[in-house]
Amino acid sequence: MRLVADKLTCERNGREIFRGLSFAVGEGEYLELRGANGAGKSTLLRLIAGLVPLTAGVLMMEGGDGDTPVAQQCHFAGHQEALKSALTVRENLEFWAHVLDGGAVDEALAAFSLDRLADEQATILSAGQRRRLALARLAIARRPVWLLDEPATALDAVHTEKLVGLATRHMATGGLVIAATHAEWGLVPSRTLHLGEAP
Amino acid sequence: MQVLANPHRFQSLSRAALPWIWALTAVAFAAGLYGALFNSPADYQQGETVRIMYVHVPAAWMALFVYVLMALASAVALIFRHPLADAAAKTAAPFGAAFCFLALATGSIWGKPMWGTWWVWDARLTSMFVLMLLYLGYMAVWQAFEDPHRAAGLARVVALVGVINIPIVKFSVDWWNTLHQPASVFKVSGPAIDPSMLWPLLAMAIAYTLLFLALHLMAINTEIAMRKARAKRLKAAGRH
Amino acid sequence: MTAFMALLRRDVQLAFRQGGGAGSALAFILAFLVLVPLAIGPDQATLSRLAPGLLWLALLLAVMLTSERIFQQDFEDGTIDVLATARLPLELACLAKALAHWLTVGLPLAILSPLLGFLLNLDTTRLVPTFLAMLAGSAALSFIAAIAGAVTAGLRRGGLLVPLLTLPLYVPVLIFGLSASSGTLGPSGAAPALIVLCAITLLTLILQPWASAAALRAYFR
Repeated sequence: MRLVADKLTCERNGREIFRGLSFAVGEGEYLELRGANGAGKSTLLRLIAGLVPLTAGVLMMEGGDGDTPVAQQCHFAGHQEALKSALTVRENLEFWAHVLDGGAVDEALAAFSLDRLADEQATILSAGQRRRLALARLAIARRPVWLLDEPATALDAVHTEKLVGLATRHMATGGLVIAATHAEWGLVPSRTLHLGEAP
Repeated sequence: MQVLANPHRFQSLSRAALPWIWALTAVAFAAGLYGALFNSPADYQQGETVRIMYVHVPAAWMALFVYVLMALASAVALIFRHPLADAAAKTAAPFGAAFCFLALATGSIWGKPMWGTWWVWDARLTSMFVLMLLYLGYMAVWQAFEDPHRAAGLARVVALVGVINIPIVKFSVDWWNTLHQPASVFKVSGPAIDPSMLWPLLAMAIAYTLLFLALHLMAINTEIAMRKARAKRLKAAGRH
Repeated sequence: MTAFMALLRRDVQLAFRQGGGAGSALAFILAFLVLVPLAIGPDQATLSRLAPGLLWLALLLAVMLTSERIFQQDFEDGTIDVLATARLPLELACLAKALAHWLTVGLPLAILSPLLGFLLNLDTTRLVPTFLAMLAGSAALSFIAAIAGAVTAGLRRGGLLVPLLTLPLYVPVLIFGLSASSGTLGPSGAAPALIVLCAITLLTLILQPWASAAALRAYFR
C-alpha cells in the first residue's frame, strides 16, 4: 500500500500555499515534513486528512482498501487535542474508540501510561498528559496512515520514546507515518520533504 | 488561469451590454411612470393613493425574485463551483434588501390613508418583513468572515435554507392572518385587475427588472475587480 | 455501540456535566417569566390570554440561546476535525448533535411547559394542546438552532448573527405552535395546526443534517 501525491496544489484565502508537490510514502516508511513557519506543513497534513480542499492534483492510496476515502484511512493528530475536560480519561478514549471503529482502549491507555489516570476527569490533566491522551487515539483503532503535527510537543523524554516505539511498531506492521516537525524527535525519517523552497 | 478566464469574458460582455440595458431601463421607466401617473384611472375607493401600487407591488415582486435568484446562484456555486455564482449571489443581496425596504416603506405610506396608521401587521407586510430579515442575515454572514471562500460556503447554506423558508413563512403568515384580521387592501394582484392598471404595472415591473439587471452587472464587475486586487495584495504579502 | 449513538450519548453527558443544558435554559425561562408580570401587570385575565404566546417566546429564545453550544466547542478543540475522518458521514454526526440538543434542552422544557404555564395562569383547557405542540415543535427549534450553530461555529463573537439567522426560520414554528396551543383538542381545534407543526419538524429533520454539514465543510479550508 502506498500513499501517492501527484502535483498537489493548494490555494487558501487566495494565496498559493504550495504548487506541484509530488511524493509517495510506502509501507513502513516515515515521511518527515520540514519548513519554516507558514510553509504549509500543517496545511499539507490537513489536506491529506480531507480537512482542506485540494486546488489541483491527485491524492490516492495505491493498493489496500481502494473504496475507502484517503481521509478515512488516516489518524489525524493536529495541534488541538479533541478532548473534553468534563469527561474522564477513559470516557474520552472510549468515545473515540466508538467513533473510529476501534476498541483497544486499555492497551492505548497503557501505551502512554495513562492507566492510573483512567477514571480522572480530563480537566486535571497537565499539558503533557493531555497530549498523551490525544496521541493514545492512534492506538485504539488500526488506520494505515498516521498524520502527526509536531507530535513531540509537550511530551517528556520517556513518552517521546514511547511514541517513537509505537510509531516504529506501526511501521513494522505495514503502516506509514507523515509528521510535520521543527526538530528531530527520535523517529528516523525514510525521506524528508522540505516545504516552502523552490522545487 | 481557467478560473480567471470566465470572469474576464463576463466583464467584457457586460461592459458592452450595459449602455443598452440602461437605455431600455430609461424607456421602461418613462412608459411605466407615464402610465401609472397619468394614463390610468384612480381607484373608486382609494382615489389617487392607488398609484403607490405601481411603486410598491413591483418592488415586492423584485424582493422575492432577487432572493430566488440569489438562491439559484448559491445552488450553482454549491454544485458546479462556478467562481462567478458566489459573486452574483453576494452582490444581488443588497439590491434585494433595497427592493424589500422600498416595498415595506411604500406599504407603510399606502397604509396610512387606508388604515389610518403607519403600520399594520398585515399578512403581506409581515411576510415582506421576514424576507427583509433573511436578506440582513445573508449579508451579515458575508460581513462576519474575513476569508471570502469561507464566507461564500456559509452564505450558500444560508441562502438555500432561506429560500426553503420563504414559502413556509408565506403559508404560515397567511394562516396566522386569517385567524386575526382578514381584511387587506393589497388585493391588486387578483385576476380581476383592470387592463388600464395592468399595463403600467407590468411596465414598472419590467423597468425594475432592467434596473436591477444593470446595477447587478455593475456590482458583479466591481466584485471581480476587488477580488483581483485582493489576490494581488495577497501575492505581494506572500513574497514577504 | 455505533458511532452515531456514541456521539449522541457523549453530547447528552456533556450537557449534564458542563451545564448549558436544560438547567441553564430553564433558569433563563424563569428569569424571562418573572419579567412578564412586571412588564405587563399582574392582571390574571391578561396573563392568561397572553400565556401561550409568552411560553412559546420563552421556549424559542431559550433554544436559540443555547445553540452555540452545539458546535462551537467541538469546533475549537479539534473534535470536528477528527470526526471528519470517521466513517460516520458528517451529516449523521450533525444529526446526532442536533438530537442531543433537543434531548437536553427542547424536550425537557416542553415537558415542563405545563408547570411553567401555571406561573402565567395558563387556561387549563390549553395545557394539553400547549404540551403537545411544544413536544412536536421543540424538535424543529433545536434542528434550526443546529443549522445556525454550525454556520457560526467558527465565529468567536457570533453574538447577533445567531438571532438574525435563527428567528426568521422560527416564524412558522411559532405561528403553528401558537395556533395549536390556542385551540382546543380535536379536528376543528388544535389538530390541523399540530399536523402542520409535525410536518415542519420533519422538514427541518431532513434539512438540518445537510445544512449543518455543508456549513461545517465551509470551514474546512
